[in-house]
Amino acid sequence: MHKRSNEPFLWMLFSAGGVVSAMLLPIHLLLFGLALPLGWLDGPGYDRLLAILRHPVTRVYLLVLCSLPLFHWAHRFRFTLYDGLQIKHLNELINIFCYGGAVLGTGVAAYLLWNIP
Amino acid sequence: MINPTEYLPKSYRARLSTYWWLTSWAYLKFILREGSAVFVAWAVIVTLLQIHALRGGPEDYAEFQNWLRNPVVLAVNVVSLLFIIFHAVTWFNLAPKAMAVRVGGKRLPNLAISGPNYVAWAVISAAVAWIVLRG
Repeated sequence: MHKRSNEPFLWMLFSAGGVVSAMLLPIHLLLFGLALPLGWLDGPGYDRLLAILRHPVTRVYLLVLCSLPLFHWAHRFRFTLYDGLQIKHLNELINIFCYGGAVLGTGVAAYLLWNIP
Repeated sequence: MINPTEYLPKSYRARLSTYWWLTSWAYLKFILREGSAVFVAWAVIVTLLQIHALRGGPEDYAEFQNWLRNPVVLAVNVVSLLFIIFHAVTWFNLAPKAMAVRVGGKRLPNLAISGPNYVAWAVISAAVAWIVLRG
């Protein structure tokens, strides 16, 4: 029996992750990684941020924001090691590391977002 | 039994240097673009840490904010932001090549496809900023 390739599915995750990364990560990193901790902007307080985080829409949004970009990373990282550094003999291990990492990250995000104290 | 392929010439494949991507600007740009994914993963890790800190309470979150002000973390975040913007720009510019839309037998100009992506990027970024920052 010919085993069907799961490459198209992985490529779809890569592509969707590329869109999410491009559209959402710059503003997230700019706001939460630079502007707010450095006090460039008058930010929301802890309570307000927690209220936003508790909203169901935010949780689904953040799950997508964390998960898809990790699958995007997995795909690109795998092929950079494969083509860029020509590490082909460790292929199996690299795949486990990349997609395993993406699945693990998705699991952590789901766990953190499932119920918020 | 003679294995016939044993007597055929082996096809020649030149060994590529490990540093082949340093040999031209186009190759370097390619590897930088692919490398941007590492910073994408970093941005996700920062977001996960942020959610974790928010769950932990006000003290945990204040400590997380302090960690973000660490010069090393700041530097990594600045570099990450630049790489992720590079990813976004190359991604939007590739969109017309990935989907060649034809209207009336003619291909739409590149800007007709990448343009709306840039508009969406601006609108979405403004919406996220508004939700986070409004009073």
